[in-house]
Amino acid sequence: MSTETSSGTGPDQTKEMTIREAIRLALREELERDDDVFVMGEDVGKFGGVYEVTGDLVEQFGETRVRDTPISEAGFMGAAVGAAATGTRPVVEIMFSDFIGVCSEQIINQMAKNRYMFGGKTEMPVTVRTTEGGGSGAASQHSGTIHTWFAHFPGVMAVAPATPASAKGLLKSAIRSDDPVIVFENKQIYEQKGEVPLDEDFTIPIGTASVEREGEDVTVVATQRMVGESLELAEELAGQTSVEVIDLRSLYPMDTDTLVESVGKTGRLVIADESPLSYGTHAEVATRVMENAFYSLDAPIQRVGVADVHIPFSPALEEEVLPSGSDVEAAINRIV
Amino acid sequence: MVVLDIETEDGQREALRRMLTIRAFDTKAADLFSDGELPGFVHLYVGEEAVGVGACSALESDDYITSTHRGHGHCIAKGLDPDLMMAELFGKADGYCNGKGGSMHIADVDAGMLGANGIVGAGPPLATGAALTSHLKGEDTVALAFFGDGAVAQGQVHEAVNLAATWSLPAVFLVENNQYGEATPVEKQHNVQNLSETAEAYNIPGFTVDGMDITAVYEAVKEARKRAADGEGPTFIEAETYRYHGHFEGDQQPYRTEEDVAIWKDRDAIETFKRRLVDAGTITEAEFDEMKAEIDQQIEDAVGKAKDAAYPDPSEAYEDMFNAAVPEISDFSSGMRADGGENR
Repeated sequence: MSTETSSGTGPDQTKEMTIREAIRLALREELERDDDVFVMGEDVGKFGGVYEVTGDLVEQFGETRVRDTPISEAGFMGAAVGAAATGTRPVVEIMFSDFIGVCSEQIINQMAKNRYMFGGKTEMPVTVRTTEGGGSGAASQHSGTIHTWFAHFPGVMAVAPATPASAKGLLKSAIRSDDPVIVFENKQIYEQKGEVPLDEDFTIPIGTASVEREGEDVTVVATQRMVGESLELAEELAGQTSVEVIDLRSLYPMDTDTLVESVGKTGRLVIADESPLSYGTHAEVATRVMENAFYSLDAPIQRVGVADVHIPFSPALEEEVLPSGSDVEAAINRIV
Repeated sequence: MVVLDIETEDGQREALRRMLTIRAFDTKAADLFSDGELPGFVHLYVGEEAVGVGACSALESDDYITSTHRGHGHCIAKGLDPDLMMAELFGKADGYCNGKGGSMHIADVDAGMLGANGIVGAGPPLATGAALTSHLKGEDTVALAFFGDGAVAQGQVHEAVNLAATWSLPAVFLVENNQYGEATPVEKQHNVQNLSETAEAYNIPGFTVDGMDITAVYEAVKEARKRAADGEGPTFIEAETYRYHGHFEGDQQPYRTEEDVAIWKDRDAIETFKRRLVDAGTITEAEFDEMKAEIDQQIEDAVGKAKDAAYPDPSEAYEDMFNAAVPEISDFSSGMRADGGENR
């Protein structure tokens, strides 16, 4: 359990912490900043969250503002929508994104359509946090990466942090946003460490990507776990291939300008995202680059993701289907 | 907004006025639909007026309601403006939702109306959420969910009741049992005699009341509201009522006979309430006729204004998605993304 604190810190100070701790810090700061913010979900209170993300928040803010719910995603997701429409700012944890199917009515028909359908007269400041990704032997119903579904659906913003700093900055932006934002957290990287700004007003605007490493030969646009894998690979390849790594961070809206600028420089693009390949996030990135930078491309765009299969249980099978740095390397080798 | 105190003579006259307004509005909507003047689907509240008006009479003006796809009655009962409602039915810019919602999605959050809803059973979780806001902010407001007998078969309704019961939230769940879930009779959809038996599973009070009697509905909701406001949690009420029209306008209704409808029309809620007020000397027959004529004229005027009103500018199709601006939409509507340029 983390003991990080944000008190007495200057605007430029940072602290090394894990993604899990960065998310908890963002929640703590926003719960402190705004009494209308509350957290609810299954086991988020005394248990601290199934991935220990909410941790000890209930001790500081109490069971009213850090609420354990019944195992009732449709009920509490719908309650979040009703609460947001009437003046509070719910942060809802859906334990595994695979469970979103259970409450997708409330996300799709209520949360996402509310503002538009009512002529812009309501605000819908709901933040949904949920986990994604394989690698823990949890099999098909607890390992999916489904963010394409909701990044595609009009009326919802979707972000997917890859580093502790972006986890903090994006979540704070999500909570402060008057629009519905789904934060997709890859559970395999909760322990990943990095420097995090301690400024309580540090946010990362939704819709901005980050060039994490500059390069000349090929652009790798990655999300979540694949950002770290790609950065490691870029380091290994240094001296032979110069790889630019972009953390996409925001799935919708998407920072097309940064992608186009990078491909304009490198002429080559690999997209690495742990979702199924067909009709997905990869396709959206590729299309935007094609629409805006077709003549900059010197080689076909490459996709690294999961084949159109579910995540299997056996470690031997799971390792086979999940993308990794070596898959990104193979993709680079095909076009450089 | 006028708080409707049905325990006073003024309040009773106002309740009667709202029931008549609902009937006139929806009867007119039926005519307009059959004349091909209204786009989309229209689901009417005719016959069920005592439920909406009785329930809203027991609420305070800043209480919240959630509604159903049959929402016109709830809007009028909550005090919404028929002019803006009619404009919305016509898809005009002056409508409550600027023409983006239509009949099934009229909302006015400032008036406590959290929206008619096209999804059966989706309202109760929203009401639970509004009650949660009240609880979190320490406010005195109560949230009431109107939903149909069909919705009682929906899982999310039970989740919403369970959540509100477990957390003792200030919510009221009011089933309008109009005897049909779309085209299927209620007894073919549920294995219980009274839908209010649902309450037992959540250890909260449950009542079945005569939904053709405005006073019975009012009394039940008043008691439920008091319980909710006192922190004693939700109540589950079933109001037995009847919809005179089909599920939607144009429904051929092979599932019932005119005799079935006539039995309920004999107990018409407006007639019953009017007779009671006339007998008590609260209103005379002449005053009633005058009130009715006035309302009919008001609805005629609403139709006239709605017909004359402007349609939204096509560019408004790209507005209201988000509070924040997103380049995906603005680039499309300015012709910078594929397809967007042609229609500008």
